Amino acid sequence: MPTTLHLPAILAKLADAKALESDGNTVGEVVADVAVRFPALGQRLRDANGQPYPFVTFYLNDEDIRFKGGFAATVRSGDEVTVVPAIAGG
Amino acid sequence: MTTTMTKRGSAAGPYVSAATNNAALAIADTAVKNAAPELPTLSHEEILRYSRHLILPDVGVEGQRKLKAARVLLIGAGGLGSPLALYLSAAGVGTIGIVDFDVVDVTNLQRQVLHGTSDVGTSKIASARKRIAEVNPFVVVKTFEEPLTSANALEIFKDFDIIVDGTDNFPTRYLVNDACVLLGRPNVYGSIYRFEGQASVFAMKDGPCYRCLYPAPPPPGMVPSCAEGGVLGVLPGLVGTIQATETIKLILGAGESLSGRLLLIDTLGANFRSVKLRKDPACPACGTREITQLIDYEQFCGSPHVGGDPKVSFQVPEITPLEAKAKFDKGEIDIVDVREPHELQIAKYPKVTAIPLGQLSDHIAELPRDRDLVLACRTGMRSAKAVQQLQAAGFTRVWNLAGGIHRWIDEVDSSQPKY
Ligand SMILES: [Zn+2]
Repeated sequence: MPTTLHLPAILAKLADAKALESDGNTVGEVVADVAVRFPALGQRLRDANGQPYPFVTFYLNDEDIRFKGGFAATVRSGDEVTVVPAIAGG
Repeated sequence: MTTTMTKRGSAAGPYVSAATNNAALAIADTAVKNAAPELPTLSHEEILRYSRHLILPDVGVEGQRKLKAARVLLIGAGGLGSPLALYLSAAGVGTIGIVDFDVVDVTNLQRQVLHGTSDVGTSKIASARKRIAEVNPFVVVKTFEEPLTSANALEIFKDFDIIVDGTDNFPTRYLVNDACVLLGRPNVYGSIYRFEGQASVFAMKDGPCYRCLYPAPPPPGMVPSCAEGGVLGVLPGLVGTIQATETIKLILGAGESLSGRLLLIDTLGANFRSVKLRKDPACPACGTREITQLIDYEQFCGSPHVGGDPKVSFQVPEITPLEAKAKFDKGEIDIVDVREPHELQIAKYPKVTAIPLGQLSDHIAELPRDRDLVLACRTGMRSAKAVQQLQAAGFTRVWNLAGGIHRWIDEVDSSQPKY
């Protein structure tokens, strides 16, 4: 079972899907895989050096990946990665 | 009448600060003061009004007196501020402060239920004050009709127990967060975009802050505002009501706060879920405490203008609708419409090249460099960014249509609807 990457509506339109599946072994590999398939989405998920942005938080299941090694965080089959970008509307 | 009395006894709740004791109030009502003598008492009128709270375990007379003693500051009287002001005043929060310097616009009414049709054109502060007085005349309203800045934030915040962030831009969100951390005030956070929202409670003593979640903001233009991207009218109702609930829980000391969790609200998926938030030891605000005073948040967020105010124009070459129309009729210019496809169905310019702003970089090669190009959108914000983008790509003959289709409708083509 692959890992599922959940996208907020603001990013989902760039992949035409609210959730994508990937077989990466780390969060970084999942993001890299998705970035190859959807380049416009890739630009919104990681910077030019392949690093996460400070304004886009990734959750591996319910945990912020910054406290689990960042993009190096290991994912297991069936894990869910959720992308939560900063929004400011009020 | 006791309703206009603003002084109160020193309070027991952890987020209710002490103030001078009001002997007159205490004497006026002896019936309920034995619950917690240092809290303000409730008049017979108030006891009747708050009956459904008073019979509720976990609120009761003492809880209602904590609410009366509480001083809550709302940053913004817009989409989130509307349900906040209505529910917190109805609930009997004793003092509600509001910071806003905007005027009620007819396009606000789709979601900003604090304001009504007859308020269009008046200040949001005046409209809010009038509405709160109607909802609950026992509430003391303190208004600050000015932009929140690094110069005034600490001075305004210090007289309140809880700050509720209902603003609409990143610079103010970082400003509110840092001021809350510096003063040790809870920051009840809510944010919305299109169909989705976020809520949390930041800056509690051992909890994370907004900078722990997002150490730095996105560059300007990467995340559109509600004015540009749209917002489901009921969404701020949902998120603002969650903020009001968290505020009341903090005052009462009841339940499990959202501190340490980020609630994600997805209206289309009908999903509410929360993820864990951790305090970041390296956070410059609440971790290392490197931030000892408020900074320049416009600069921090790289904003070319103040607080998302669409009236402030970018520094790009502009052309007025009348000039553009005259040149267009003579075939001297091409209009490039950078609005989204669904907007083109609402109101139209004459013959245009339509390229949504987000796709402009992919289509630059198709645009002529030897023609005068007038970039156009709804109000002139996105098209100004488009002009900057084309200038950066080496275009020299690019102009921004001042005021967008709104001004075009005013000055050139009144047959089209504004939106
Ligand atoms: Zn922090």
